[in-house]
Amino acid sequence: MLHQLKQAFTNPKFLVGFVLFMLMLLISLIYPLLSAFEPLDMVTTGFTAPGTYVSIADVANSDGIGMNVDASAGRLASVLKDEDREKMKDWMVRFGGVAEGDIDLSDTEALLEKWQATYDPAVPQKGLRNADKQAFVRLDKDIKAATNSDGLILAAKGEDGLEEVKTIAGNTYVRTGDVVSKIVMPLGADNFGADVMTKLTSSIAVSLRIGLLAGVIATLIGLTIGLLSGFLGGWVDNFLTFLTNIFTVIPSFVILILIANAISGTARSPMLVGLIIGLTAWPWTARSVRSQVLSLRNRDHVSLSKLSGHSLPRIILQDILPYVASYVVMALILQISSGILAEAQLSMLGLGPDTTTTVTLGIMMNWAQKFSAVLGGAWWAFVPVVISVAIITFSLNLMNTGLDQVFNPQLRD
Amino acid sequence: MARELGKSVLRGENITKVFGYGKTRTEAVKQVNFDFHEGEVISIVGESGSGKTTIARMILGLITITDGTLYFNGQPRDISSGHKRKEYWKNIQAVFQDPFSSFNMFNKIDDLLIDCINMTGGRHKSQEEKFEMMTEACSFVNLKYAELTNKYPFELSGGQMQRLMIARIFLLKPKILIADEPTSMVDACSRATILDMLLKLRDEIDMTIIFITHDIGLAYYVSDSVYIMEHGAFVEAGPAEDVIIHPKAAYTKRLISDVPKIYGEWDLSTVG
Ligand SMILES: Nc1ncnc2c1ncn2[C@@H]1O[C@H](COP(=O)(O)OP(=O)(O)O)[C@@H](O)[C@H]1O
Ligand SMILES: [Mg+2]
Repeated sequence: MLHQLKQAFTNPKFLVGFVLFMLMLLISLIYPLLSAFEPLDMVTTGFTAPGTYVSIADVANSDGIGMNVDASAGRLASVLKDEDREKMKDWMVRFGGVAEGDIDLSDTEALLEKWQATYDPAVPQKGLRNADKQAFVRLDKDIKAATNSDGLILAAKGEDGLEEVKTIAGNTYVRTGDVVSKIVMPLGADNFGADVMTKLTSSIAVSLRIGLLAGVIATLIGLTIGLLSGFLGGWVDNFLTFLTNIFTVIPSFVILILIANAISGTARSPMLVGLIIGLTAWPWTARSVRSQVLSLRNRDHVSLSKLSGHSLPRIILQDILPYVASYVVMALILQISSGILAEAQLSMLGLGPDTTTTVTLGIMMNWAQKFSAVLGGAWWAFVPVVISVAIITFSLNLMNTGLDQVFNPQLRD
Repeated sequence: MARELGKSVLRGENITKVFGYGKTRTEAVKQVNFDFHEGEVISIVGESGSGKTTIARMILGLITITDGTLYFNGQPRDISSGHKRKEYWKNIQAVFQDPFSSFNMFNKIDDLLIDCINMTGGRHKSQEEKFEMMTEACSFVNLKYAELTNKYPFELSGGQMQRLMIARIFLLKPKILIADEPTSMVDACSRATILDMLLKLRDEIDMTIIFITHDIGLAYYVSDSVYIMEHGAFVEAGPAEDVIIHPKAAYTKRLISDVPKIYGEWDLSTVG
């Protein structure tokens, strides 16, 4: 066993799978501890792009340092997109009486000069919808703000109206480290405004636990049934094979849906879902263990063990189990992986764990789909989840392939 | 070679074994009769597939007997309960053909030997006594315990493994031993040693040995009586000299003519 363990860790496939898996496990254990939020905290109000957010009030109140860098060009560039220039030209030609040939879109300075000279929101703008008129007002405001070199005046509400607090020049900067209030959301926020990174990592932990429980239960049941049915033969075998066949013929997913449906949503804890998945996933483990045991049962060492008068449990535990152990480990790994996928499928159907108290990878995908994250372009709400599921199942399958090569040397390439 | 026959230990009456049913039905053993005596060495000789192993496994109680009665010490054998099976198995042991599959590869050699000592009432014995017994058993089969201790079976050669199987029998001291082609899968050097050890064992503990082989020359070399088996039935049986010097059945004659010449000459010339 020790020897095989050593071999496993020198097998590149197993090693890569193991490292990937451990990485996911570590992240899922450590990040939620470091994060400032709970997985279900509503940090913001809806889909929010990934990034570091700093408090505007904090920035305004800090003492800045004047820099000899003209920031207006950059600001203008970010305000004046190509489509905005087109719109400005369009407005000036239609309502400002400027000839089309006089406008050069690539000359920013000339364009702005013309715009400031001609734009007037009070001009009747026939054929423009109100929303479009407002858009031009906003654009004009942005342009004014960006080109303003006099700085901003910060005012506070006092008894006699606004009182000036200070003036902020256009070239004043503040060190990001000095801004006290910051929110880091490496993967943005989802539809509930929850931090995706925190949610994702704690989802991974919960999903792994569900998969592990489902895998262990399925493997224990499958192993027991397979061992008994293969070794005892006779009517025990007939009965257990019949049972296994029934569970194989009825798609386990249907059973899964029925059971999950029968239990009310709030009663479905992650562990209960793991249990349900485990209870339906054992048949193939039972079948394959049985066929392994059938070929072992007549092996000479088993016959000799019987002749030595050893008891049935002892023969099963000492003379059969060690021979199928490596196989069972592989079956367990596959069961964990398919348990994680089964949870995701169930949750996509709304039959997963209670969504008000926990979050799993499947639940995250379900919400992302329900709130049209895909259509809304909120990629951060589902791409990381999908990638996590893929990495976890891929790493488990890789470990399995690696172990297969260790245990069945003829498969080695 | 001829010995005084002891009393009957195993007697089979119309023993039959059928595997499967319908299209897959195979009658592996067909109504065979035999009578094995205390201290006798019996050979069952036949080609591969003739049903030798099936008889062995029925006698050992590892598979059921489809039809017929097996008498053990004059009484119909009863292994209907787990307790009775254990009692029966105290009297009968086996050495199988394939040494590589005879060992549990996960247990050390020491575990195997200590288990034999414990089973024969040596559980309470001291560490030193057990060590003595294991050393003795190993040296009986020309192995050194000191070189085997803490080793796993797969670290040994096939011949060494098969000799350990005999050391196991030495510790268990059963009344009856079934040796199912014990030499067919070991190297030529170990072959003669293993046979000699089996015979030495018989002399030491007055054991009945049922020796199964496809090699009639070997059968002649080791046995008191010979049963010739063809397609699941005994075609000829009797004292080794009678059957091999004066074969009656055509099948027996063919088996004898198949024995390589030198071996055959050596064999027959030793008969006075
Ligand atoms: N478990 C079994 N199921 C079905 N047929 C069997 C089984 N064991 C042996 N047989 C058949 O019985 C016949 C005799 O086999 P066996 O006793 O192993 O022969 P031998 O030991 O003389 O080579 C063969 O035809 C074999 O195919
Ligand atoms: Mg055979």
